[in-house]
Amino acid sequence: MFSQLIINGISSGSLYALVALAMVIIYKASEVPNFAQGEMATLSVFVAWHFVNAQFLPFYQAVAAALLFAFAVGVLFEFTVLRRAEKPSILELIVMTLGLQMFIYGIIGWKWGAEQKTFSLPIAEDSVVQLGPVVIGWLNIITIVTSLLCVLLLYLFFTHTKLGTAMRAVQMNSTAARINGIRVHRIMSLTWGLSAVIGTIAGILFAPVSPLDPQLMWDPLLKGFAAGVLGGMTSPFGAVLGGYILGIIENLFGAYISLEFKSVVAFALIVLVLWFKPSGLFSRHYERKV
Amino acid sequence: MNDFFTVTGLTRTFGGVVAIDALDFAQKKGSIFSIIGPNGAGKTTLFNCISGIYRPDSGEICFQGRRIDGLKPDAIARHGIARTFQNLELFFRMTTMENLMLGRHIHMRTNIWHGLTMFHKNSTAAREEAEHREKVEHIIDLLDLQSARDVPVGALPYGRQKLVELGRALALEPSLLLLDEPSAGMTSDERQDLFFWIKDIQQELGVSILMIEHNMQMVMDISDRVLAIDFGKKLVEGTPEEVAAHPEVIKAYLGED
Repeated sequence: MFSQLIINGISSGSLYALVALAMVIIYKASEVPNFAQGEMATLSVFVAWHFVNAQFLPFYQAVAAALLFAFAVGVLFEFTVLRRAEKPSILELIVMTLGLQMFIYGIIGWKWGAEQKTFSLPIAEDSVVQLGPVVIGWLNIITIVTSLLCVLLLYLFFTHTKLGTAMRAVQMNSTAARINGIRVHRIMSLTWGLSAVIGTIAGILFAPVSPLDPQLMWDPLLKGFAAGVLGGMTSPFGAVLGGYILGIIENLFGAYISLEFKSVVAFALIVLVLWFKPSGLFSRHYERKV
Repeated sequence: MNDFFTVTGLTRTFGGVVAIDALDFAQKKGSIFSIIGPNGAGKTTLFNCISGIYRPDSGEICFQGRRIDGLKPDAIARHGIARTFQNLELFFRMTTMENLMLGRHIHMRTNIWHGLTMFHKNSTAAREEAEHREKVEHIIDLLDLQSARDVPVGALPYGRQKLVELGRALALEPSLLLLDEPSAGMTSDERQDLFFWIKDIQQELGVSILMIEHNMQMVMDISDRVLAIDFGKKLVEGTPEEVAAHPEVIKAYLGED
């Protein structure tokens, strides 16, 4: 029972980790929580669904197309909207992401309607693997492995590539990055694209266990945001860990204490973290130069 | 005629305040050119115009025969102009090595695929990485930063942070190096070392240096030419001796009587 709960917790935690990671990447680069991230992912999942449903593309190609689409949406938003704003304040940037959220929400409703659809991975829904006393669904395994793989690839990307290093440099000090010849605008666009892709991967993993409708990502986004705050919005590592911790705590709470209040745990945790360690569990104290 | 680095009629205003007012000067290749003037004279604004952080209102900045005014900072870096800042702009959570490697950004050629598949020593990325590391190690040796190599820059004392920033600028292999008050906040020993290093950079690496500096001793000893400005305008330009003898400069630096 206990190990079963842990596994389920890690599985939902994997989604939160990806959502949190997508959010932290943007937050570190521009100090803005991207509230449109959920809708950007939902839109891309709908694109994948559309391709599969219209029998236009087989499943994996449809997913690849959706990821490319997500990347384009991220890049385009940075390029056409954010970059045009002249010296925007943080609040203005946040309002822009809220605007994008409503815009995309409207588009999804207009194009695909509000009725629920199903989007499932091409595996038998109830196929499981027996590991000693623990039964793991294939869907959970795929979710956990995909998310770990994403985190690992991103780690390598940020530490071992010129582009990844440049992204970190822009996140740390954009003036210094600029003066070193890094094209900061281009890096910002690519960062938005990358974040959108990560968010969409979470969406595609989440869609099979949830009805596909315009509100698909509302719950994971809030939880992912909570995971980010829990781990520290400035630490990708903390955000990922925060995701797993939140998933596990939430599942244990649901099983042993109260199922009705399971979803509230995330927000209780945020309150506690903000109370005792406002910068998040795994982030160094937020410092700002004068 | 000199066509290495020229500034002609440069003007930059902020609201109604004229920070730089129709400024002209020219620097010869391979020289050390110092700019002096009281606080608020427009020295840093001038640097920000040259390095692309500010866009000048009017005037021209030409570097090696090309106009660079109005370009973005990253484009100017790619033209071979590097700079340091009065209030250090560094990646404080990265080590000295990482900061200097980022200085080599414009020289890196390998793409994401090479980077992610850097599994063995002879891969393209690994060879390129080794090449860049060698260049950076050379700078670390030059500036005596060995002990700071793997330390996060934020943990270093101020004087060393300034050297890391100098090293990072050198890693770009610039033709022109802008130094904004390089000796400010340094101890007199550190200043002495800095003096020799700047000379080395000029003579051994053949880099031209444009420098804002308050320490008059250093300016007089090291510069080929000096420009004194006040209220964004040229006060006097000439050899260190000529500038030091100018009554306005004497007034500004030694007081009225």
